[in-house]
Amino acid sequence: MSTPSPAVPTLAVFKLASCDGCQLTLLDCEDEFLALAGRVRIAHFPEASSSVDPGPYDLGLVEGSVTTPDDARRIREIRAQCRVLVTIGACATAGGIQALRNFADVEEFRRTVYARPDYIETLATSTPVSAHVDVDFELRGCPIDRGQLLEVLTAFLAGRKPDVPNHSVCFECKRRGTVCVTVAHGTPCLGPVTHAGCGAICPAYGRGCYGCFGPSGSVNLPALIPLLHRDGLDDPATERFLRTFNAAAFDTCDNESGKEVRP
Amino acid sequence: MTHRGSRVLRVGSLARVEGEGALLLRVSGDRVEEVRLRIYEPPRFFEAFLRGRAYTEPPDITARVCGICPVAYQMSACAAIEDACGVTVDRPIQDLRRLLYCGEWIESHALHIYLLHAPDFLGCDSAIDLARAERAAVERGLRLKQAGNALLEVLGGRAIHPVNVRLGGFHRAPAPAELRPLAERLSRAADDARETVRWAAGFDFPEAAVDADLLALGSPGTYAIERGTPTVLRTDGARTAFDTSVFLDHVREEQVPHSTALHSRLDGRRHLTGPLARFAISGSLLSPTALEAAREAGLGDPAAGAVCRNPYRSVLVRAVEVVYAVDEALRLIAAYEPPPRPYVEVPPVAGGGHGATEAPRGLLYHRYRLDGDGTVTDARIVPPTAQNQGAVENDLARIAQAALAGGDPSDEELTRLCERAIRNHDPCISCSAHFLDLTVLRT
Repeated sequence: MSTPSPAVPTLAVFKLASCDGCQLTLLDCEDEFLALAGRVRIAHFPEASSSVDPGPYDLGLVEGSVTTPDDARRIREIRAQCRVLVTIGACATAGGIQALRNFADVEEFRRTVYARPDYIETLATSTPVSAHVDVDFELRGCPIDRGQLLEVLTAFLAGRKPDVPNHSVCFECKRRGTVCVTVAHGTPCLGPVTHAGCGAICPAYGRGCYGCFGPSGSVNLPALIPLLHRDGLDDPATERFLRTFNAAAFDTCDNESGKEVRP
Repeated sequence: MTHRGSRVLRVGSLARVEGEGALLLRVSGDRVEEVRLRIYEPPRFFEAFLRGRAYTEPPDITARVCGICPVAYQMSACAAIEDACGVTVDRPIQDLRRLLYCGEWIESHALHIYLLHAPDFLGCDSAIDLARAERAAVERGLRLKQAGNALLEVLGGRAIHPVNVRLGGFHRAPAPAELRPLAERLSRAADDARETVRWAAGFDFPEAAVDADLLALGSPGTYAIERGTPTVLRTDGARTAFDTSVFLDHVREEQVPHSTALHSRLDGRRHLTGPLARFAISGSLLSPTALEAAREAGLGDPAAGAVCRNPYRSVLVRAVEVVYAVDEALRLIAAYEPPPRPYVEVPPVAGGGHGATEAPRGLLYHRYRLDGDGTVTDARIVPPTAQNQGAVENDLARIAQAALAGGDPSDEELTRLCERAIRNHDPCISCSAHFLDLTVLRT
């Protein structure tokens, strides 16, 4: 893309199927928000401003997954308008919780929720943005972490790569000094296979990680699943545990054994 | 030039609301013919995929309905499932839940007041725009919002989709030393909250009145937040209440004759939930500081049963609720002793249960059915924005009608006015779209 950037880069925020939580994270940067507004021109952010400038934009943040024919079209338009496109959160990056429909009959879903299903236009699947267009960077989490979002924005402004390591939540527990909940209490935990970034909050509050950041850079499910079984999860519970906030991301990711593993 | 004649105004994408909605207004001469608040937020099917999940999961799963009010979803889900299993949590756990909820009220209300609503009163497009003229005010708003988030982070682990809530209580109860720094911060927030009421009281409020019954939880002796009984103040002044277990007998989706849209109705009548309704039902139970703030702001005397029906003034009621939530959080922190156990065991019981709590935007109802091993067999969720849809459309029609009768507004003026009228109600479209208010999804 060769659109010349003006002196102040433009930022655009877009929303597909989602809960609004990831774009709210931008407004949750209370200490930095006004300073950020001085470094970029917020050209398109309907949740925060009724003034919307037309594209192209230098940086686009997309929240949400693609679940309707219209959004499948819209994401291509968005891509064409943004020099750099970053997905924010589990929906945009992995399909999100609404991707649970991917394992079910969407017709039945439609009838369950809606009295007049014929009014509802929806696709059979909820898919990540990367299934439709090229994405320059994917930020994980349900929701994303505020610190990581600021890192992505700062890196963009400085013209460098974001420093977002893809190691597991276990590293963050060690760094935080949290006693391992699996080793000490036999609590089922997805920390060993989950992408870091949240700061290992769940184990610090005495519960197992539930994988909302999706798979880390090296996932070894054949080693983890027996531990989950040992700690009381049967097969269906294991499957639910792995497939909640990031759909099938855990069982389709590259894993250390190199084999596809079904939970 | 005159703007009379037939015209149709469309606002393709509403700004400064949570989620994606559009507005259609059909005008003929000086008469409003049709108003439609159309929600095009894609459906996400929560009620469908909750089926077959374990009964321990809805608090974490339903939080994802709304990033602005996840605690409300967690609290209503816990209340409904604990009801199904016949469990009542200990008083100290109830208090901790109320404390967490106060954090969400502070955060969500500060967001709406400063970032979404105030720009309308001050002729700005956004809080960034507003900060150019009133930087100190916007900084105060952000500070207040951050105080709410700090409370959520300490007690819940994080501000959006907190992780510490579980069925029966919390995974871990905080140590008193963790809460102490919050008290310091909240003392400052108390000043900011009072100042917010004074600031907002200086706005210019157009005349308007919501013509709808008001529905909020009522609870003896306290301003209801995390529990209570659905209570109605009708337009004729009659006050009634009904048990949460019969909520769906009272609040029903109905076909309205002039449109293909279904609207949520309370006993066949239009109703509104949210700050105006809470203030009307529980206003006399506000803290002394919040009562005083309400009087100073010109909201009348809540202790004497003052009711505010002007939707523009909802910004004042939200500001008063922030004063209250900060007071309440300080009171709960001062009285805090770690509970003997952070959660009560909740063994599964076959059957059904109901729960209702006061989300920042109004009454949020959940119902679940479980089988004997704790599998969810049915889920039903009625969020506040879906309930308010009829009242908001009616409000829009009346406000647009008054503008047409009183002058000759241009399309642009009329559109701006309608957008303001919608933002008065702080709609959360992300919430409403995923549930039963489907018929506004016309294509």
